[in-house]
Amino acid sequence: MAHSPRTPGIVAGRLASDTLARNFADLHPPLDAHEARVAADRCYFCHDAPCMEACPTAIDIPLFIRQIATETPLAAAATILSQNILGGMCARVCPTETLCEEVCVRETAEGKPVEIGRLQRFATDTAMAQGPQPFSRAAPTGKSVAVVGAGPAGLACAHRLAMHGHDVVVFDAREKPGGLNEFGIAAYKSTGGFARAEIDWLVAIGGIELRHGQALGRDMSLDALHTQYNAVFLGMGLAGVNALGLPGSELAGVEDAVGFIGRLRQAEDLSSLAVGRNVVVIGGGMTAIDAAVQAKLLGAEHVTIAYRRGREAMKASRFEQDLAAEKGVTILTGVQPAGFFGDGAVAEVELAYTDGSGETLRLAADQVLMAIGQKLEGAPGALTIEGGKIIVTGAGRTSRAGVWAGGDCASGGDDLTVTAVAEGRDAAEDIHASLVG
Amino acid sequence: MTDLTTDFLGIKSPNPFWLASAPPTDKEYNVRRAFEAGWGGVVWKTLGEDGPPIVNVNGPRYGAVWGADRRLLALNNIELITDRPLETNLEEIARVKADYPDRAVIVSLMVPCTEEAWRAILPRVAETGADGIELNFGCPHGMSERGMGSAVGQVPEYIEMVTRWCKQNYDKPVIVKLTPNITDIRYPARAAHKGGADAVSLINTVSSITSVDLDSFSPEPSIDGKGSHGGMCGPAVKPIALNMVAEIARDPECKGLPISGIGGVTTWRDAAEFMALGAGNVQVCTAAMTYGFKVVQEMISGLGDWMGKKGYASTSEFVGQAVPNVTDWQFLNLNYVTKAKIDQDKCIKCGRCFAACEDTSHQAIWMKPGRVFEVNDSECVACNLCINVCPVEDCITMERMAAGSVDPRTGRTVTDDYANWTTHPNNPGSGCAAE
Ligand SMILES: Cc1cc2nc3c(=O)[nH]c(=O)nc-3n(C[C@H](O)[C@H](O)[C@H](O)COP(=O)(O)OP(=O)(O)OC[C@H]3O[C@@H](n4cnc5c(N)ncnc54)[C@H](O)[C@@H]3O)c2cc1C
Ligand SMILES: Cc1cc2nc3c(=O)[nH]c(=O)nc-3n(C[C@H](O)[C@H](O)[C@H](O)COP(=O)(O)O)c2cc1C
Ligand code: SF4
Ligand code: SF4
Ligand code: SF4
Repeated sequence: MAHSPRTPGIVAGRLASDTLARNFADLHPPLDAHEARVAADRCYFCHDAPCMEACPTAIDIPLFIRQIATETPLAAAATILSQNILGGMCARVCPTETLCEEVCVRETAEGKPVEIGRLQRFATDTAMAQGPQPFSRAAPTGKSVAVVGAGPAGLACAHRLAMHGHDVVVFDAREKPGGLNEFGIAAYKSTGGFARAEIDWLVAIGGIELRHGQALGRDMSLDALHTQYNAVFLGMGLAGVNALGLPGSELAGVEDAVGFIGRLRQAEDLSSLAVGRNVVVIGGGMTAIDAAVQAKLLGAEHVTIAYRRGREAMKASRFEQDLAAEKGVTILTGVQPAGFFGDGAVAEVELAYTDGSGETLRLAADQVLMAIGQKLEGAPGALTIEGGKIIVTGAGRTSRAGVWAGGDCASGGDDLTVTAVAEGRDAAEDIHASLVG
Repeated sequence: MTDLTTDFLGIKSPNPFWLASAPPTDKEYNVRRAFEAGWGGVVWKTLGEDGPPIVNVNGPRYGAVWGADRRLLALNNIELITDRPLETNLEEIARVKADYPDRAVIVSLMVPCTEEAWRAILPRVAETGADGIELNFGCPHGMSERGMGSAVGQVPEYIEMVTRWCKQNYDKPVIVKLTPNITDIRYPARAAHKGGADAVSLINTVSSITSVDLDSFSPEPSIDGKGSHGGMCGPAVKPIALNMVAEIARDPECKGLPISGIGGVTTWRDAAEFMALGAGNVQVCTAAMTYGFKVVQEMISGLGDWMGKKGYASTSEFVGQAVPNVTDWQFLNLNYVTKAKIDQDKCIKCGRCFAACEDTSHQAIWMKPGRVFEVNDSECVACNLCINVCPVEDCITMERMAAGSVDPRTGRTVTDDYANWTTHPNNPGSGCAAE
């Protein structure tokens, strides 16, 4: 091996390929058929189930679990997918510990919830392995809708519109569809090209055209879309990143965490991906955790998350924090970056305690990953925007008639894949009602 | 350690756990290992008359019913009696009995319904030194088509006749094993009693089809695409067996007739329940076939533990203790008024009690904001369904209403007096019906 975790600088190939393969295997391995039946048997089939209420897409969880228990995983998948067409991805990436599984009555009873996420994956994987989606298009309506953004919000919206017989064109600025499913989600959550396979399976319903390299604001305007199509849905996510403007931000090795993760997700060969020996991640959300854990799994010797408030204030769930700790990431709280130092390339990060003491400390760092939040970028100025989000009311209606928005770019709801799916789906129903009504 | 020594028909065994006549007792190798594991006795796999050995199917002979995590709830078999030569079995029985004088060895028998056939086999069994015989009048498949097994067990006159032949031609205890595949178990038990049986043992397997393959449309176990009914045993049949044991135990015409309890005994607790209902000992098959011979060790330690806690020095002290409490519906106290009560600290808010009561019973559970479930005493008939479906043990309890309080459902004052259906005003047969 050319390099080891102790090699200074940002280099590739710190770990052997088989170690890398093991490190980036499924975080929550799939259940086999027997395990799924055992796990399904634990569900009490609750009345007006609390888990169902906690799911942003309101999947009928007790029903699909019972369908697994009675050995009809395809029926279970249909139950899931009718509410959430990206049920496969959500099964992998949902922070279930703060959603459905958090309120599962077996969590209350014994601190061990029914494994809803893994059961959902079992059903959707089984269905996707067996063939096409269980939905078909209604008779064509002759109406067409433009969807901006091929992330979870845009895809869910496009699929539901297509089901209702509308023609949908999805524009995305990138060269590949999927949004953060493709470029953001941690590699150990969405393994083996799943994001792409899921999209191919989804668009097979027909009536959905994906156009790449088409950015709203650059290649087309909202006005143009509005005149050309009967309705517009914006699901453009948060394409920009926040900046701190600290001394040394321009040094080589200081970069945005989302970019690092995107490179990682697109890498054909993980051993060709460079990572620092001493990595410092700034932030306290899911992105910070994902960047830190993946840097560690790539072979960085020391990885430290520096977060300005306490652990309880971190946006990353307790489960995510524990995952980071388990992988060997150090979490420093109550510190914020004061500057980056080095000669051309970063060598040190200065952190200041946020307790007002004025004390600082310095950490060796040859790579600094900034995970201090994404921001809305390229949203049409004609829309009302507040707090960095396109303001929507009801099922995603923006301030402009005929334009809907959902997902991370729109107000309301958490910035989660499943929330984006719910908002895209609901906007589609509202668009459909307005088009046929 | 509590002494579990049991005397059944004068046959002593170190504990009341016998292996029932079945594959676990089909040969010397098995029985020796069973005794080494601790079983108190065995009823040898049923022997047939001398001649060409019995032929079994060569495909699967068991079907099954599973619960969560493939826990075996019931087995269903289409196996016949022993398919090994009579002489081989008799030699092995003699050797084993000689080596294990402290264990019970009973020989199960099934020969055609002629006195001659029984007279031929009984002396040969006697020569083995076995402690007694058990007449298999229970097997519901295969043998019954040949006029044996349950074909005899379903006709009380035959039971009485064959039992009498055996008592006349064999001088050790004769146990009659009964089939549950009849409408009233007391008739065959009475017949055995009249014929002079020393005891009855029950139940044999329940006629059943456990499942159907929905591709081949064959019942399971499937033999080349066809299946026949089999006999079901295991935990699922225990309630049927308990009731039948109790029916005999409290039947005046069977008074004094010892019972060996069989059917779904899986733990020490099952055994204690059978014995409380009047069984002098128990026989086990499915539990051993599921977990191996070692399972008896839990039965021994568990029963000893419980007896110790209760202060029983011998199994005979609790055998039959529950029999006086088994009665007929008409004698149940109708003035015993209870209401379900939900312990809010234990409740995990699953709502199963609500769904059950609201959809299928008496609309007596409220679902209040915040998923708080409470019983509405004005509607609760105390049916027990909520308790049965609640996943948390002791979360819902039945609380008896104190005498003097008013049942909000009926508006009647609760009394301590006992009153049953026989004297109820709504009963046309009771004295008070006229007015
Ligand atoms: C690193 C990271 C990890 C995450 N991990 C999780 C997780 O584990 N679980 C979870 O539930 N959520 C996670 N999230 C959040 C989740 O990914 C997002 O909430 C979700 O993807 C939002 O979906 P969306 O469709 O609104 O936006 P996106 O997924 O961001 O998709 C927006 C799409 O719009 C396109 N676009 C942007 N601007 C334009 C334009 N002007 N013109 C045309 N197209 C444009 C983009 O190229 C992109 O394809 C994570 C986020 C990040 C950043
Ligand atoms: C509480 C209860 C009461 C029942 N009452 C009757 C009855 O009055 N008449 C009847 O024919 N069957 C009655 N049954 C039997 C059921 O109709 C049914 O045959 C039986 O429960 C078996 O079906 P299942 O186990 O699939 O539910 C009753 C069952 C239950 C559980
Ligand atoms: S809360 Fe848990 S037990 Fe109840 S229905 Fe949902 S998954 Fe099943
Ligand atoms: S239990 Fe033994 S004899 Fe029976 S099928 Fe299995 S391997 Fe064969
Ligand atoms: S069934 Fe039991 S645990 Fe569930 S809501 Fe009712 S009382 Fe509570």
